[in-house]
Amino acid sequence: MSWLNRAARGIQSLAKQKDVPDNLWQKCPGCGEILYRRELERSWYVCGACGFHLPLDAVRYIDLLLDADSWEELYAGVTSVDPLGFRDSRRYPDRLRVARRQTGREDAVITGRGRLDGLPVNLAVLDFAFMGGSLGSAMGEKIARLLLDASSQRRSAIVVSRSGGARMQESLFSLMQMAKTAAVLARLREEGVPFISLCVNPTYGGVTASFAMLGDLNLGEPGAMIGFAGPRVIKQTIGGDLPEGFQSAEFLLEKGQLDQVVERRRLKATLATILRWFCEDRDVSIPGPVRE
Amino acid sequence: MPETTKGPWLDFERPIVELEERIRTLEASAAVGGVDVADEVAHLRRKAVRLSDDIFSKLEPWQRVQLARHGRRPTTLDLIERIFTQFVPLHGDRQFRDDPAIVGGLARLEGRPVLVLGHQKGRDTRSNVQRNFGMAHPEGYRKALRLMTLAERFERPIITFIDTPGAYPGLGAEERGQAEAIAHNLRAMAALRVPTVAVVTGEGGSGGALALGVADRIYMLENAVYSVISPEGCAAILWRDAAKAPDAAKAMRLTAADAFRHTLIDGIVGEPVGGAHRDHAAAALAVKAQLLDALAELVALDQKTLRERRLAKYLAMGEWTERR
Repeated sequence: MSWLNRAARGIQSLAKQKDVPDNLWQKCPGCGEILYRRELERSWYVCGACGFHLPLDAVRYIDLLLDADSWEELYAGVTSVDPLGFRDSRRYPDRLRVARRQTGREDAVITGRGRLDGLPVNLAVLDFAFMGGSLGSAMGEKIARLLLDASSQRRSAIVVSRSGGARMQESLFSLMQMAKTAAVLARLREEGVPFISLCVNPTYGGVTASFAMLGDLNLGEPGAMIGFAGPRVIKQTIGGDLPEGFQSAEFLLEKGQLDQVVERRRLKATLATILRWFCEDRDVSIPGPVRE
Repeated sequence: MPETTKGPWLDFERPIVELEERIRTLEASAAVGGVDVADEVAHLRRKAVRLSDDIFSKLEPWQRVQLARHGRRPTTLDLIERIFTQFVPLHGDRQFRDDPAIVGGLARLEGRPVLVLGHQKGRDTRSNVQRNFGMAHPEGYRKALRLMTLAERFERPIITFIDTPGAYPGLGAEERGQAEAIAHNLRAMAALRVPTVAVVTGEGGSGGALALGVADRIYMLENAVYSVISPEGCAAILWRDAAKAPDAAKAMRLTAADAFRHTLIDGIVGEPVGGAHRDHAAAALAVKAQLLDALAELVALDQKTLRERRLAKYLAMGEWTERR
């Protein structure tokens, strides 16, 4: 990981903790317990008192899921342009500039290769801090490349989704990224290369309606909000309140939309078990050196 | 002039409609009084065409949105009736229910067996409630998928008509996996072993439109629109004011001309003067000609080539750069 990323992480966590007097303590949104930040870091931002899953920074999922020193970032330079000359209250290029400065990244997804408990995998993690993790041409291209690489190198693919959905500033270009990523997943599926989707809080819109729901298995983190339409839009449509827990990962599990809700600290072990079941005695994700 | 259709006219087309009304009145009075009005009628008709050309040559994106949503615009069933020589409607997803917002069935295009399906809007309040304004639930997309795999099994080309404000955002839709239903269609359509042609005939609203829109050839009617979110939705989020929809429509570049310029679609189907809603038969004929052209090319390709080209087509979609 570059110094740039680490610096950016610092900036970002400062920005996030605006309401906390000194950065050492954080209040659990689940139970209200005041949590020591160092302790939270160690527990991957899961509340020690109630098990509430606080947001975990995108790059930390790489540390959480992959073996130490196995990560090799790919396509880091792929970046958004402004194909429509889009402007609302601000110009799209200005929004991009701010997002790049805040995150130290070129777009809203990190992609690369690594090993998960010894198994070679291709991993993408969406970064909500970059324009709400929205799906634009750059993300579509990076995910498509990562999945094509997984297909040709026969490595399992994992995508951690956390996104408000499509990137409106790229309109139809953005919409077509749903088709683009799904088209590559069709190939992966035919070739028997596993794809696991993990939805963390929140996962919505065009991301849910494409790769995030197309895993051989779809997993969710406890309490994650996952859906197609956002709660506000649904409320407006039906003209009433939403049922308790609507669109939570547990709700989706009950309705048959997720295979499992997995506690964050058990994710790596669970994924390892699943991938071994998929890959053992097959020519996929064969343990060995990552770089060929 | 379509006589069978109902619904109000748009403000900007009212001058044309009023002129045509004058022509009709003049002809009627001439028929009764025996006066020769041929010259005057011919003059007014020329004027009507000029007026129409003038208005339609400088439409704002928002006016296209209004045309795409026009109450008189030909629906999927209107087009099916006029394009195909045979239509056997099919129903149900075999899991939950039949979704009236999506219609489809076995059809013949100039004798060739094809499968046709599309979003179905209503024509008035009652039929729109029945059709849910063309907004499908998951079972609608799953019905569409069932029909498409049926066509694949029997090696028939697939034609889809897209006309929807979007996938329905409701409780049941979410519970039954709206996102999964759409996503599943995208992946399945990308892998179909038969030729597929999609035509955006009216509103191409977001994921709900795309769920029928992954195809070898994608066309848009001249006044159809296609965007990632409705102009109202975009305006509500980015402008924090749904009334700014005309601004959002402009910013999103949602017209057929825009989509074609960005090479996200393969062609534009021209509409009759004054828009598709003014002459359903002419609009249908234009769509039919485009379908025949596209299919003639596509049926000549073997499965492998067809699927490889489809994947390549989608991989090429997107605008980005790469910093070293």
